[in-house]
Amino acid sequence: MPPDTTLAAPVALLPQDATLAVRTARRQRRERWLTHFWLLLGVLVFALPIWITLVGSTHDASTIGRGDVPLLPGTHGLENYAAAFATGGSGRFRASPAGLMLWNSALMAMLIATGKIAISLLSAYAVVFFSFPGRMLAFWTIFLTLMLPVEVRIIPTYQVIVDLDLFNPMAGLTIPLIASATATLLFRQFFLTIPDEYVEAAKIDGAGPLRFFRDILLPLSVTNIAALFVILFIYGWNQYLWPLLVVNDRSLETIVVGLAKMIGSGDAQNEWNVIMATAVLALLPPVLVVVLMQRWFVKGLTETEK
Amino acid sequence: MASLELTGIQKAFGATQVLHGIDLAVAEGEMIVIVGASGCGKSTLLRIVAGLETPSQGSVRIAGREVTGLEPADRDIAMVFQNYALYPHMSVFQNMAYGLKIRGTPKAEITRRVGEAAELLGIAALLERRPRQLSGGQRQRVAMGRAIVRQPKLFLFDEPLSNLDAKLRVQMRAEIRRLQRRLGVTSLFVTHDQTEAMTLGDRLVVMHAGHAAQVATPMEIWARPADTYVAGFIGSPAMNFLEGVLVEGGRAVLLRAGPVLHFADGPRAGPDGQRLIIGIRPEHMRRDPEAGLGLALDLVEPLGSETVLHGRLPGGEALTAKLHGAVPAAGGALRLAIPAAELHVFDAASGRRLDAGP
Amino acid sequence: MRKKVIFKGVALPLLLLAPQLAITCVFFLWPAGAAIWQSVLQQDAWGLRTEFVGLRNFEEVLVDPAWREAAWNTLVFSAAVATSAMAVALFLAVQADKSIRGANLYKTLLIWPYAVAPAVAAVLWLFLFHPSIGLIGRALNQAGILWDYKLNGGQAMLLVIIASAWKQVSYNFIFFLAGLQSIPRSVLEAAAIDGARPTRRFWTVVFPLLSPTTFFLLVVNLVYAFFDTFGVIHALTGGGPGKATETLIYKVYVEGVQNTNLGSSAAQSVILMVLVIAMTVVQFRFIERRVHY
Repeated sequence: MPPDTTLAAPVALLPQDATLAVRTARRQRRERWLTHFWLLLGVLVFALPIWITLVGSTHDASTIGRGDVPLLPGTHGLENYAAAFATGGSGRFRASPAGLMLWNSALMAMLIATGKIAISLLSAYAVVFFSFPGRMLAFWTIFLTLMLPVEVRIIPTYQVIVDLDLFNPMAGLTIPLIASATATLLFRQFFLTIPDEYVEAAKIDGAGPLRFFRDILLPLSVTNIAALFVILFIYGWNQYLWPLLVVNDRSLETIVVGLAKMIGSGDAQNEWNVIMATAVLALLPPVLVVVLMQRWFVKGLTETEK
Repeated sequence: MASLELTGIQKAFGATQVLHGIDLAVAEGEMIVIVGASGCGKSTLLRIVAGLETPSQGSVRIAGREVTGLEPADRDIAMVFQNYALYPHMSVFQNMAYGLKIRGTPKAEITRRVGEAAELLGIAALLERRPRQLSGGQRQRVAMGRAIVRQPKLFLFDEPLSNLDAKLRVQMRAEIRRLQRRLGVTSLFVTHDQTEAMTLGDRLVVMHAGHAAQVATPMEIWARPADTYVAGFIGSPAMNFLEGVLVEGGRAVLLRAGPVLHFADGPRAGPDGQRLIIGIRPEHMRRDPEAGLGLALDLVEPLGSETVLHGRLPGGEALTAKLHGAVPAAGGALRLAIPAAELHVFDAASGRRLDAGP
Repeated sequence: MRKKVIFKGVALPLLLLAPQLAITCVFFLWPAGAAIWQSVLQQDAWGLRTEFVGLRNFEEVLVDPAWREAAWNTLVFSAAVATSAMAVALFLAVQADKSIRGANLYKTLLIWPYAVAPAVAAVLWLFLFHPSIGLIGRALNQAGILWDYKLNGGQAMLLVIIASAWKQVSYNFIFFLAGLQSIPRSVLEAAAIDGARPTRRFWTVVFPLLSPTTFFLLVVNLVYAFFDTFGVIHALTGGGPGKATETLIYKVYVEGVQNTNLGSSAAQSVILMVLVIAMTVVQFRFIERRVHY
């Protein structure tokens, strides 16, 4: 018997189904608003401390010191930022001028990020594309560093610096932080996904290992490098314990450490307006990097942790 | 002097022997297709010729020059990869020029040669594009172009058509053949696709489990397969194999399915009672109500101009036939004749072909 | 996984590895070894003589009530930071994963606190919770709740937890969102057709599928709370009042830098190292298992 292909007779919309449809539409609208509400709340809670700080940095010291916490920007912004930037204010716990500290932080972050990327690229290249005795030993040695955060070995590392007389502070500040298991693992992971055929084609084209690295591998790694750079720049900028320990020359103070020093014991008499301006200066560069390079940042973050 | 000469090539990865001594001599300008199922060692053989793998034993000679110990770059070869291996960050021009640039070819010469190759392949308009802006067929052409500009002694193709859709594959297949003829460069082409092998090769090397099962022209391989493996591998639908024993002093075979078939080309040397495998291609089966072979159909596949029938013989053996004209539906039965002239006779124990005695 | 194609040579790869290995050896292995060595030595009060004392430093550390208090603080602090940062992040990620207008803007606005240094995060929250200049701190006091984190240990702990968790929410949010987006639509659609309502769908389908992400984040958050929050505590409370917010890592710093009690500091470092290594091993075990199922 041939299959029945006649159309079913049109059926009227049942009244209970009509009610259900209306209710469903209403529920969906309510849920959408609720989603917006929660996200907005999250955004506001996240932004609240920053907003207070931004506002505070535009008032004079006495307004804040009195405790009349302003919620809208004032008129002293320019002078506060100028004071923070050029002199570090005149408070009791004075730090170096924020301008200098920003420069130090930027230099430290750049050195750490580029250093980490450079040596990680090279070592990942060696581990993935060569077969040599001790290859696995080298890999595991690097891998081990992943397990030893700088904080747990802080005192002995500090002693190494003392023993090596590595008191060219910028070198002492950055070099110990440059070895990076994370970056090496990321590049290794990425290199392993590069089709063998590229290497074979390059070999047939007559490219040697260094040439392959420069002409093929490096250009292919550009997005990974950019992604990693964002993460590592922030990592470097936000270093706290190590600079706190190593830097005893005020002219080399980084802004994160300097800011914390300005707080002192948190007295109400602090020059809060300048401190707040310094806080804004301290968080602005890494936040800008994250917001402007968001795509790379998210990629870098989720891929380094695979 | 052979253009490419392989002598006793063996390759083992650890304890697994992948190639068991391959010998091959390729004449100048010849197109050799290495065909076989996956894992038969065909790719390994090609990679040994390219210098991407080192043979455990044996030697590779290209244009009379011993190259076994040389790097790929020093062998004067070019290779087209399965996934093309175009450098994604380089333009088409840069991709094609890269090998020449490394060899220090003068700029003007590079531009000229890339231009010529691009013209030849019809990709002159694409030179500034990146690989990802190209279609599959265009990428294929660029990969060919990269090989051509080098003007090598030997072209190596590693399944270059397998990433293309069916229609494009047929078109590119013809194009490669024409181009290879025109340039007259000796070529080695690896594929698992028998149609590709048959249409492209001057000669085929059918590989099986690390051995060259047969080296011959396509027609010869089709008409006189050296063993049951080659017989079953080449031809579609695949050749039928029926069990039988040698009778009547080597002049005929008694099939397990019943009938006795007399050889058309003369007796086989061998004792009566020797176990045989009889090969018969599905397209050689004839419908014949008088014949002695009854087939119970369990699947009928109409292809338009012809119909493929799958069924079972009385003894339970499966048989496929390809017939023209109307046929019964599945579940029915029909009687088939096997033309004696189309029989392939193999020894059941060794699988080797048994030819009629002189 | 292993590359089939490799370049030949020994000198070149070793040369390429040299900088990484040199830094690793000098600044990682040597100090780690030194820490282990120092942890079995004891200096006399004038730093003139050093003697081998075996595991005595460890014994002293482990029975020291101050260390135990720090361990307890660390436990409370880490558990609170990890759970709150993850719960909030998961909730926000689920909201942001819905197809609503402006989803991308929300994402950007929720991601940026990742970039703020822990110490700076501490300062920002101090501006809010300072008893006399802070918006919330003053409001609490006016409402009759005595609030001064510089005097009340519990309040100090609460504040460092908030500041630490606040910064970590972004990180967790990014990973949860990535995890949610990697769940195949078809699975969710199948659950919807099976009749599961959204809440139920979340707990029976989405959450189990997120468990690898959740576990990974748990380990990362604990490591973060153990070590990276040093800046928060140092900038905000200095471990005080009393020792109410002194965590293990803070104590290592105090012993080593302020009290220069190297043997004890080293022993504490070694204990922490063992802890981190254990956590990393657990994590890798888990990841390996996940790959196979």
